[in-house]
Amino acid sequence: MTTVVGGIGTSHVPAVGAAIDNGKQDEPYWRPYFEKIQPAREWMAAQQPDVCIVVYNDHASAFSLQLIPTFALGVAAEFQPADEGYGPRQVPPVLGHPELAWHLAESLIGDEFDITIVNEMDVDHGLTVPLSVMFGEPDAWPCRVIPLCVNVIQYPPPSGKRCLSLGRAIRRALDSYAGSDADSLKIAVFGTGGMSHQLQGERAGLVNVDFDLAFMDELIAEPDVGCLRPHTAYIREAGSEGIELVMWFVMRGVLDDDVDEVFRMHHVPTSNTSNGLLILQNA
Amino acid sequence: MAAVRDYDDIPGTYVFDGRRAQQGYHLNMFCMSLNAAANRERFQADEPAYLDGYDLTPQQRQAVLDRDWLGLLQLGGNIYYTFKLAALDGLSMQDIGGAMSGISGGEFTQMMIDGGRPVDGNRRVGESRPGQTS
Repeated sequence: MTTVVGGIGTSHVPAVGAAIDNGKQDEPYWRPYFEKIQPAREWMAAQQPDVCIVVYNDHASAFSLQLIPTFALGVAAEFQPADEGYGPRQVPPVLGHPELAWHLAESLIGDEFDITIVNEMDVDHGLTVPLSVMFGEPDAWPCRVIPLCVNVIQYPPPSGKRCLSLGRAIRRALDSYAGSDADSLKIAVFGTGGMSHQLQGERAGLVNVDFDLAFMDELIAEPDVGCLRPHTAYIREAGSEGIELVMWFVMRGVLDDDVDEVFRMHHVPTSNTSNGLLILQNA
Repeated sequence: MAAVRDYDDIPGTYVFDGRRAQQGYHLNMFCMSLNAAANRERFQADEPAYLDGYDLTPQQRQAVLDRDWLGLLQLGGNIYYTFKLAALDGLSMQDIGGAMSGISGGEFTQMMIDGGRPVDGNRRVGESRPGQTS
């Protein structure tokens, strides 16, 4: 049995990664955002999780339209930063935890979540930017990472309800883990993407702060209600790319029903996106 | 597949559903090929010759050559794929966000700094905007 130290909901904006990689954090555009997230980094440093399960989406990097798994779990020992069309980010390789990842795969499929198992894939900004947000610029990431990639590019993505249920199944798997390191293993789970944003079309640039803050409130207090929001409501209210927020429900499902809000940050804009960061812990 | 979807009345939004995936498969897979540095070099060296390797419609081919960012979406392109082409041109997401919505990249960036495009007035086609009298 492992210990879940917390859940992190965060946007995964590529420009945030670029700002870190290119030393722009002190520029006027970026400084307010990086100042706001500093307490989250301090919380993370104090938790020292051994493994982070990062729920994210691939953006035409490891997967293309050729093959579109709805849920894909990375079981490899190592994942390299992807070339997304302009060269890979210069960040450390992401080291996996194959023993726990295989346990998750076996437990989830036994629990009727028929996920795709991935032995080789590169990981793009959807996964590496959240690590940078929480850990800054270490020479090596201070934890192992299990990537859980969710399709939110090809419509339809999974429902919020399915994501919440998957998170609860992951929790059951973590509770039944009996690997050699099980008793000492501290786990953090990331739900990434969002918040409101639309990259495409004449409506590009859409932001809905009221939606974002209400989404956080509902995720905390009434996830079984919030998870029922239809896809069209995300697109209409939070923009076509705001639908990434369904991934936050996987994170929420890993946590207990009762959680405490440890930290909340909201900032507009980072690039084209309304940026949110939320940390929850079991009550 | 239903002919009409309940999101079709959202203005200026091209939901990448099965209809668009069928329309844009080869266009998007061309964009996907730009993930490889060697392909980026080959494309930049001779764009028409490179495009001959993909089964694009004449309209899609022209939209690529013209960098018609909105047209690419209307022809089945997905923004995460078409952005690879934009990045190769040195454009940012603000630049093409502006191009798709009829303003400059600088104006788009300022709109975001000012809080982004409001949802009020942008939920449904024909919805009146706040302050609009008619």
